[in-house]
Amino acid sequence: MPKFADVNVGDELPTLDKAPDRAQLVQYCAGSGDFNPLHWDQSFEQAKQIGDNIVHGRMKWSTLGQVVSDWVGGSGWVKSVSCQYRGMDMQGAAWQAKGVVTAKREDGGRKLVDIDVWTENAAGQKTTPGKAVVVLND
Amino acid sequence: MAAEFELTDEMRAAVGVESEPWPVEITTTSVRAFARGVGYTDPKYYDLDAARAEGYDTLPAPPCYLGTPVFIPGKSDPTFSGPRNTGPSIRHGLKGLLDGGTEVVYERPLKAGDKLYMTSKISGLEVKESKGLGKMLVVTSEQTFTEQDSGDVVMRTFAQAIYY
Repeated sequence: MPKFADVNVGDELPTLDKAPDRAQLVQYCAGSGDFNPLHWDQSFEQAKQIGDNIVHGRMKWSTLGQVVSDWVGGSGWVKSVSCQYRGMDMQGAAWQAKGVVTAKREDGGRKLVDIDVWTENAAGQKTTPGKAVVVLND
Repeated sequence: MAAEFELTDEMRAAVGVESEPWPVEITTTSVRAFARGVGYTDPKYYDLDAARAEGYDTLPAPPCYLGTPVFIPGKSDPTFSGPRNTGPSIRHGLKGLLDGGTEVVYERPLKAGDKLYMTSKISGLEVKESKGLGKMLVVTSEQTFTEQDSGDVVMRTFAQAIYY
């Protein structure tokens, strides 16, 4: 688990490999309360136009939170997570969630680490670029 | 796809108006459901003993879990589960919806047992045009979550929804 003194700009967070299928998206529907049929109903008009059900943008956002949470463990907490949705990921398709430390700073007595986070599809495109800030205990 | 779409005075008048507060809960069961949905394997989001072993007094909320709005048939949205008609809405008539971006900023980590109120307001409206989707309405909104007991702000979220 990271300690502030040992964290360096450029440190890479462990990558998460994901390929959420329709069943996993249904579980995300249940956990998040977002039951938009775009994510689970193949006959939904918007899904037919796109060609398949797509992963919730907010599931990818939440996975960026998971990258950071898995890295921090019990040695701090996640202060913020943001992202933009630049590209769709189809259900069942493989993608990765990644992070890299961009800065460390102290603010109001808190030890903060700034992290660039993103999801990346099999073609190497960043479909969900974002940023996170973590508070480390020490 | 909308060939023509313009903002109306009625739409502009909705900007900045704060909604009525709506109760939002975080429970051990809702934390587990969210963690399963994202695909967490970290036991502290499922197992009370594992959470306590890391120093938590109950299950912590994973980042990006915004709590679960209390669902009441007729008052809650059957698709998105949030409250309906607690504030001004934009009657735009566009059928397509895509998420543009999301941000959460916490004042403290959340955990099971937290009882919050959420208010929401539209902070911006913008008409854009894309090659694929035609004219789009980009709605920027902010949500503020406060403790029900103290009124302290614990979390803010910022979201962009794209209607086309």
